[in-house]
Amino acid sequence: MPERRPLTDTIFTSVRLLDPASSLDQQGDLLVRDGLITDFGSGLGRPDGATVVAEADAILCPGLVDMRAALGEPGYEYRETIASAAEAAAAGGITTLAALPDTLPAIDDPALVYLLRTRGEETGSLTILPYGAVTSGCRGEELAEFGLLAEAGAIAFTDGSRAIGSTRLMRLALSYARGFGMRIVQHPEDPSLAADGAATEGELATRLGLPGIPAAAEAIFVARDIRLAELTGGAVHFSHVSTAAALRLIRQAKADGLAVTCDTAPPYFDLNETAIGDFRTYAKLSPPLRKEADRLAVVAALADGAIDVIASDHQPRDADDKRQPFAQATPGGAGLATLLGVTLAQVHKGALSMAQAIDLLTARPATLLRTDAGRLAKGRSADLCLFHPDRIWQVEAGRLPGKAQNTPFDGRALEGVVLGTWKAGRRVFG
Amino acid sequence: MSYRQKHLLAIEGLHPPEIGHMLDLAESYVLLNRSGKTQRDLLRGRTLINLFFEDSTRTRTSFELAGKRLGADVINMSVSTSSVNKGETLLDTAATLNAMHCDLLVVRHDQSGAPNLLAQKVDAAVINAGDGTHEHPTQALLDALTIRRRKGRLEGLTVAICGDVLHSRVARSNIHLLTTMGSRVRVVGPPTLMPAEAERLGVEVFHEMEHGLAGADIVMMLRLQRERMQSGLVPSAREYFRFFGLDTAKLAAARPDALVMHPGPMNRGVEIDSAVADDPQRSVIREQVEMGVAVRMAVLDTLSRGHGRNEL
Repeated sequence: MPERRPLTDTIFTSVRLLDPASSLDQQGDLLVRDGLITDFGSGLGRPDGATVVAEADAILCPGLVDMRAALGEPGYEYRETIASAAEAAAAGGITTLAALPDTLPAIDDPALVYLLRTRGEETGSLTILPYGAVTSGCRGEELAEFGLLAEAGAIAFTDGSRAIGSTRLMRLALSYARGFGMRIVQHPEDPSLAADGAATEGELATRLGLPGIPAAAEAIFVARDIRLAELTGGAVHFSHVSTAAALRLIRQAKADGLAVTCDTAPPYFDLNETAIGDFRTYAKLSPPLRKEADRLAVVAALADGAIDVIASDHQPRDADDKRQPFAQATPGGAGLATLLGVTLAQVHKGALSMAQAIDLLTARPATLLRTDAGRLAKGRSADLCLFHPDRIWQVEAGRLPGKAQNTPFDGRALEGVVLGTWKAGRRVFG
Repeated sequence: MSYRQKHLLAIEGLHPPEIGHMLDLAESYVLLNRSGKTQRDLLRGRTLINLFFEDSTRTRTSFELAGKRLGADVINMSVSTSSVNKGETLLDTAATLNAMHCDLLVVRHDQSGAPNLLAQKVDAAVINAGDGTHEHPTQALLDALTIRRRKGRLEGLTVAICGDVLHSRVARSNIHLLTTMGSRVRVVGPPTLMPAEAERLGVEVFHEMEHGLAGADIVMMLRLQRERMQSGLVPSAREYFRFFGLDTAKLAAARPDALVMHPGPMNRGVEIDSAVADDPQRSVIREQVEMGVAVRMAVLDTLSRGHGRNEL
């Protein structure tokens, strides 16, 4: 763990200040004193004692809020640790992260929620907001103690990579969570259709001889859980949505006024199933990469608001997990360091505006997580990300920050470099 | 006399004068019981059969005592429900009872509507002592009597019924009785233990104790059965007690003179803690039991008169 830099006052001069939460988008300065944002706007000058940060053509936005990431701890420290994940997050401009609970042990006890929150504070660079498990051990059998977990600081409930398969159990979960004002986050994939599958069912999987998962497995569960949300009055959030069919259902559910939200992850709007190429296991993900038509639907849904949030869906895997025949490799892609860069590619292509892109990474996830992170406001903790939108860097597996190197974007040139990240006013990267 | 029905199968459908009649008559039996006197000539020569398909020492004993104090011949029949075709057994039983010339039949069954089925087939007056998750009329009557004696009225009181409302026949009978008599009824519990469209019964639904108990005159706690945790409706007893168990802290949301009730038996430390259950100022749980015998005497009295064999 790198030594912490001393906390100094900082003045950011002549940067593009971008805060979608307040519709702020202007050239200006921003002053940080004692870890807090004290002022921003034009002509703040160079106050005494403040470190000057001046980067031409840079954008200063709130530290990114990553709504879905797996930390390796507890239980999978060989893949990632909280310390290494914090390092990767800082390099990616991320200062708040919601941690998945399907660890070992699973986060199904209030003591473990407290543990994660505390460990996050100890990093000094990352606020960890823990998800609570929906079921004990994330085994999909018995409901976890939602009330006690919420009281300890869990921000929502999910079984992580595992779908909540039983309809009855999902109903009870939505219903019980509603009593505590909490949301259920679902990995929307029918487990009986996805079992033993390795890639999206279709021509490519057929040619490669890989067992397929029909794209419909996603829409089937999205449809089911939308009906359950309606039945129970509960709130459901669908993770890493990747298909046009599911997005159609979600759009309709929103139009009907149901408490339905969703996120997607960069692989699903940037890559399609051809990224698997010659059995590249870094491109083996859950849900699997889709056909191009679905990828385009995800891009469109980002632009029109059907998708609420972009989350990294960071799933650290080590060599043992990935250096296997494709069908036997563990799915999952690292995503902390590439979250911003891959998102910015959509800005460069003209699919999203810069403000929209940053909104999907800051204010929108912060609102769903009910945290006051993700925005620039006077008096608030100075969690900041400074990036250059046009500088290019090469994604190289083996040279990513943090422990996890299993990036599906290996070899990609990305426009968008994080120049610096600040947490509570302290520079933690750059 | 206000009560003109042959049976007492449910509170739902009874009018205020019918309920009032039962409570007033029960009131007189409270005095009688406390005086140590009996009225053994009222049901002399009548046969009362307690037909219990579900275990219950408490309710059965209460009915037995009620019948004996009025002079009836009381028989207790515990029937096993392990036979494959329960409907057939019920009708067979009805035929048997008719052959025995039973006058008053008290029935407890684990299936909603079983007493209704029996009532169609037997000659006796049938009293529902609890059927499935449907109704428990005498419990609601004794609860109402307890409240009325302590508060002087039922109308305008705010009553919070808390716990597993979904599976509770006690809750349903109380809801019907109290709303009919002009009380404001709230139900409080987690959404997984709340029946669908509960508000259609004329109650306000709450999922937080603090809000549900705010300003309540009466706090009525329901038992949480262990099966509810096994079937996944509630994750654990400790979570249930933390959010829905009645303790001094939660009770503080109610009025300072609010009364605590429980139909029994209690799961101490699950839905109610001992400090509250045993608080002599707030808890009327023991009184409920005393009222139970008096109410059942009133019910037996009333139904026996409708039978036409009593001279009065």
